[in-house]
Amino acid sequence: MNIKKLPEKILLQGGLIVDPKTEREYAGDILLINGVIAEIGDIDPQDDVNILDCNGYTITPGFCDIHVHFREPGREDKETLASGSNAALAGGFTRVCVMPNTNPPLDNPETIGFIVDKSQALPVHIHPIGAVTQQQKGTQLTEMGGMFKAGAVAFSDDGMPITNGYVMRMALDYTGMFSVPLINHAEDVELRYDGLMNEGLVSTELGMAGNPALAEVTMVYRDLELAALTKSKLHVPHVSTAGAANLIKKFKIASPLITAEVTPHHLFFNDEALKSFDTNLKVAPPIRSEEDRRALIKAVLDGVFDCIATDHAPHTIEEKEGTFDLAPFGMIGLESCFGAVNKVLVEENALPFLDLIKLLTVNPRQIMGFDDDLLKIGKEAELTIFNRKEKLIFSKDDIHSKSQNSPYLGHELIGKIRYTISKDRIATI
Amino acid sequence: MLKNKHLLGLKNYPREDIQTIIDTAFSFREVLDRPVKKVPALQGQTVVNLFFENSTRTRISFELAQKRLSADTVNFSASTSSLKKGETFKDTAQNIEAMKIDAVVMRHPTPGAPWHLIKYIDAVVINAGDGTHEHPTQAILDMMSLHEKFGRIEGLKIALIGDILHSRVALSNIYGLITMGAQVMLCGPANVIPPFVTELGVEVNHNIDEVLEWADAVNVLRIQRERMGIGLIPSIREYRNLFGITSERVAHHKKEIVIMHPGPMNRGVEIDSGVADGDQAIILDQVLNGVASRMAILYLLLGGKIDQPE
Repeated sequence: MNIKKLPEKILLQGGLIVDPKTEREYAGDILLINGVIAEIGDIDPQDDVNILDCNGYTITPGFCDIHVHFREPGREDKETLASGSNAALAGGFTRVCVMPNTNPPLDNPETIGFIVDKSQALPVHIHPIGAVTQQQKGTQLTEMGGMFKAGAVAFSDDGMPITNGYVMRMALDYTGMFSVPLINHAEDVELRYDGLMNEGLVSTELGMAGNPALAEVTMVYRDLELAALTKSKLHVPHVSTAGAANLIKKFKIASPLITAEVTPHHLFFNDEALKSFDTNLKVAPPIRSEEDRRALIKAVLDGVFDCIATDHAPHTIEEKEGTFDLAPFGMIGLESCFGAVNKVLVEENALPFLDLIKLLTVNPRQIMGFDDDLLKIGKEAELTIFNRKEKLIFSKDDIHSKSQNSPYLGHELIGKIRYTISKDRIATI
Repeated sequence: MLKNKHLLGLKNYPREDIQTIIDTAFSFREVLDRPVKKVPALQGQTVVNLFFENSTRTRISFELAQKRLSADTVNFSASTSSLKKGETFKDTAQNIEAMKIDAVVMRHPTPGAPWHLIKYIDAVVINAGDGTHEHPTQAILDMMSLHEKFGRIEGLKIALIGDILHSRVALSNIYGLITMGAQVMLCGPANVIPPFVTELGVEVNHNIDEVLEWADAVNVLRIQRERMGIGLIPSIREYRNLFGITSERVAHHKKEIVIMHPGPMNRGVEIDSGVADGDQAIILDQVLNGVASRMAILYLLLGGKIDQPE
């Protein structure tokens, strides 16, 4: 991958433009001048224009991932804002929201400011999510007002479920003042107990402590009821179970304030894959049963999920090379995202392609209140250019994160990102 | 001689290979009854006993089996190792392999650890227990003991009694016994019976008296005292009342029932002394068969230099 400043004038020639905002798909050219969309349509190239041949490629607004971990500050050996940006560009993402479970955590306006400042010069738009409670301990609310002003776009103690129902209610009441989503990692830690993987026949066969689906379902239910009570925005991250998907479907009918995301890995893998004891498949919430996976796919087709989010969670090789109990939870996911979800949802389960693009572009932006109408003259170019039919075997060469903890290595994916245009740069992948 | 290079677990392990191991083990049992209990089968081969968790009896059993076969043995235990200095599992494995060894016998607290080990080393790996997952050599010695007692395994009714969920012995026994055509019943507190376990082809019954009535043999699993009082098992008294293999209970059944225990026993908890020391118990035969079984496994996996033990 190389990242360059865009030429002053560049013509994206001959691509299929998919605009999820207007729901139009059409062949056309896009002219960018100084990183801004100057013209869209059938454009005759002028002499002073650089031409990027997009024949056979699809052009969409840049992908947006509202759930990533870039580990800065504190664990720069796993990922930095800069290396995470490279991973994002390689995956077609021009905009990401970083979770606050860093060291120190993003639990005050100053640390939010640190992320905002440090991200200015990077080629991807990075928005911090602030912690809900101080030190993510689940007890004392953070200075959310100050963090909001400093640039926090949502609040979450991700990784640490807010176990105390009273604190969760207070937090929802409080974030309601700013109309930003509260994101709770919904897992009843007592019910989870020492679970390392989904509780089911496979965990029994492997002698591995199980984490029951209900550990997610019960807390999602509590959160949905509290969101209804407080009339605040609740975003349910990384839904892994059929039960939680059903509850969300039901509650969304009554409330537009509820949104939910699903990860590529919960759609791609089932717990049978754990029979390899691949520690890269150790995630929280766990990879569930095939029944849950099918239910999640069905929920995507039914429009239950607002967006796809990767929960990109880099860990070092050393940490993941150990035995299953010692390995930390999490996998990287930015680079493999499109090829995985395009394969599972569009190629295998007939999700309309336009719907997939909505899940990756406009919908996540709407959740976070970002501008979602990007394919317009005068807008700063945030574009993803890809070959949606190209098959690839995902390999280490496709990874641009500092970490390599991907269970997709060796798996066939469908859809390859070719160029990502963001913040006046073009990444050639 | 065996289809798999390693012995990691009994799930999907070929029936004929289990039979071969048991048959070979009986040949080695004869060796153990001789005045000179040693054969030169694995002379010049080196086996490392890599124990990341304490296990006196399994380690001694393996060590004896190795010595009886004239292999060179080295013991490596986590408490005396560099693991405490932060060395990774991979480094430990590769360092041991670099010393040119032929086989590793590993005990590890984590399910799947032997499957990680074979990624890092070329030597033959024998799983001596990976957490609550598999302990295939224990299941093989249990099956050998059943075979010795009944002359067959096919069609036997075997009950496993106790904390199945936290047992390192249960799963391998289930996989092995079902492969060999036995019927398996699990009996224990409902909260320590693994979920979905009946899908493995076993039955579950929480009534110990009904199970004793049904079974040809019962394998009594150790109740770990540390499980008591954390909500899993309310008390020793409660456990004995519901699941203990007490002298009264055994006497109450007319049927001759064979009593097994993988050890170490908690006398007075899961089994009474009167039962453990009684005529129906084959617990000490299991110990001796353990050495013979492990000799057979090492011999078959390491390609012993003699065709048949003399």
